[in-house]
Amino acid sequence: MNTEPKTDQPTFCRDCLTDIQESSSSCPNCASPRLISHDEIHDLNIAHIDCDAFYASIEKRDNPELNTRPLIVGGGKRGVVSTCCYIARTFGVKSAMPMFKANKLCPNAIVIPPNMKKYSDVSKEVREIFDALTPIVEPISIDEAFLDLSGTRKLHGMSAAKILCMTAKKIEREIGITVSIGLSYNKFLAKLASDMNKPNGFSIIGRSEAQKFLATQPISKIWGVGKVLNSKMNRAGITQIGQLQKMELRKLVKDYGVMGDRLYYFSRGEDSRVVTPQNKAKSVSNEITLEQDISDYNILKQNLWRLCEKLSSRLKEKHLSAKTVTLKLKTSNFRTVSRAVTLDGYTQMAEILYDQGIRLLKPECNGLEYRLIGIGVSNFSDDQFSDLPDLIDRSKENKIKAEKAMDKIRGKFGAGIINKGRNFT
Amino acid sequence: MKLNIERGALLKSLGHIQSVVERRNTIPILSNVLLEGEDGRLNLAATDLDIAIGETVAVETEEAGGITAPAHTLYDIVRKLPEGSQVELYYDVDSGRLTISAGRSRFTLACLPREDFPIMSEGELPVSFKVTGVNLKRLIDKTRFAVSTEETRYYLNGIYLHAASDDNGEAVLRGVATDGHRLARFDVDQPDGAADMPGIIVPRKAVGELRKLIDEYEGDVEVSLSDTKIRFSFADIVLTSKLIDGTFPDYSRVIPEGNDKNMEVDSKILAEAVDRVSTISTDKTRSVKLAMQAGQLNLSVNSPEHGTAREELSVSYESEEMEIGFNSRYLLDILAQIEGDVVQVSFADAAAPTILKDLTDEGALYVLMPMRV
Repeated sequence: MNTEPKTDQPTFCRDCLTDIQESSSSCPNCASPRLISHDEIHDLNIAHIDCDAFYASIEKRDNPELNTRPLIVGGGKRGVVSTCCYIARTFGVKSAMPMFKANKLCPNAIVIPPNMKKYSDVSKEVREIFDALTPIVEPISIDEAFLDLSGTRKLHGMSAAKILCMTAKKIEREIGITVSIGLSYNKFLAKLASDMNKPNGFSIIGRSEAQKFLATQPISKIWGVGKVLNSKMNRAGITQIGQLQKMELRKLVKDYGVMGDRLYYFSRGEDSRVVTPQNKAKSVSNEITLEQDISDYNILKQNLWRLCEKLSSRLKEKHLSAKTVTLKLKTSNFRTVSRAVTLDGYTQMAEILYDQGIRLLKPECNGLEYRLIGIGVSNFSDDQFSDLPDLIDRSKENKIKAEKAMDKIRGKFGAGIINKGRNFT
Repeated sequence: MKLNIERGALLKSLGHIQSVVERRNTIPILSNVLLEGEDGRLNLAATDLDIAIGETVAVETEEAGGITAPAHTLYDIVRKLPEGSQVELYYDVDSGRLTISAGRSRFTLACLPREDFPIMSEGELPVSFKVTGVNLKRLIDKTRFAVSTEETRYYLNGIYLHAASDDNGEAVLRGVATDGHRLARFDVDQPDGAADMPGIIVPRKAVGELRKLIDEYEGDVEVSLSDTKIRFSFADIVLTSKLIDGTFPDYSRVIPEGNDKNMEVDSKILAEAVDRVSTISTDKTRSVKLAMQAGQLNLSVNSPEHGTAREELSVSYESEEMEIGFNSRYLLDILAQIEGDVVQVSFADAAAPTILKDLTDEGALYVLMPMRV
């Protein structure tokens, strides 16, 4: 954690990187008050970098008139907030909040529909800057990444902490957005740190204080503790990470299965996950928030078909096939239902995804109204293994042949040239 | 209930019983084992509502009675007691707890009443026959690797057992399993009384439990069945399972008849070579290419990221040159079940199902779907 600069702790200026020897509240070189000091500052190498209000910051950068206004990037009456700027956040608006709720909290907000192409381009620029720092960059979403800077001191001629400060300034100068950086000795703590001092922050969690710091944090800070597990643990009387620090591994594993292991080690500031530069997707999914709540199986089915077509064309584009199909539904009262099936073989075909999807959907159409439907796949292989002929189900082979023929025609004459009858109902 | 039993005997029985009990249960009593002591015998039972298992073991009974206790916990306790120790099981009606004592160790467990324990009704089991443990084991081993795990094709989630006659017209008891990518068919001599059995699908979990239980058993297993249930009795164990309520597809349609390009090769040598060349790819699924020409088989694996592997084998093959690709894991699964020295592989073309046969065992036949390479 960042403390007031003390003389006995290594300290430097975040703006001009000057090392500061005496106790001071501002930099003697550039007069910046942004000093950072920590005993382990030059010994920590795992960083989590998170772009501040990414979509909103980009929109503000491109239209400075928006700078002083609350801004929400998100969509439609029934959509959700993708990102909101820090001004909008002061009104209580949060990401993933339904639009109507956000409008109520902050009626003056300017709402811009997301321009994903633009954000993904900016994300690539940011990524290039990261890649110049270390080969070990693990992007976890469009706007955040883990970096392992171990062994780069010689290359950069400075510690990880300093080069990260330089990088933050560089991103601000060259790309025009700000980032928050967390620096620690593992991924879990680095991520916690980056969240501590947003926006434009730089926070450190060292080995010596990790346990003490964690003790007072809520358990929801542990990666993997979502709403459901959180309330389950709350019912068992566990709310703070400190309580987990006193519990035995066996007990935690018994009560919480594989998560128990993570709860035990993370609560003690131990996280053995390494920063892995591979960025292969683990799952691909498409979902849609419906214009109105729907309980009718046939209407849901139509939406599902369109989603399957989209998902399938993404898989084909990426030369992927998958074995596990997951249907996601959100009820009108925001409860999420997900149902999955694992197939014997890999598929990338819209028809097969749809077949499995409706099998999962049918039993859920029991009068409940849904506001969102989605379909996703995981458990990938390349397309060499996709949709192999089946000994038993010959009808599958014909469906696959028909779809492949349609894909060929689309490839020649454009995506809209041929469609299934069910697209028109 | 109060009884004494040697730890080893209790552990063995509990080991059999607890395996059926699911780790996570929404119905509490399904986590429990039923214990009933009477007349020098302890009856143990457990169920997951699809499978029920019961076993009887000799004990010294001081006081007859019965109770249910958490199966996994009880098993873990007994497992950790010192070898050779005498275990006392005592259910005290007043406290409602089961006490387990051995030497200086003492445990008390919360219990649920025996009356709440669900007993699976077997109904009438009109067909019954005896099959040797050895044959039953082979029937399972040689087919179960091909059982489908895809839940939406539930009718493939087990081994299809039925009475049939083989190519020579002999009456056989036949097991068939498939997941659409490969099919395994295995015959054993038809036992007396099996001729009239209906075709049944024994679910994967029951097959797995049965296989564990008969692992060291050589004697006869008594099989009784209807079209909804099957019961296996042997030694002091009775395993009853529901059958899969579905129609197994007509597998004979799937077995090709005109495959005329035959290759014969030492199955162990082929398996080792396939295993070696597939090392090159770290992916979960790998394809291996087989290229045949007169007297020779070339195996190869190409992995865009990792490189290539090749191996040449001498085989008996006289037909025209051809190439075909398989999922190497599927091929190895089948080769592992070939007991004889020589496997006969019969091809039609690169896109058609291939047949593999154990030349020393006419009862065994496997079909493997090729893939693009």
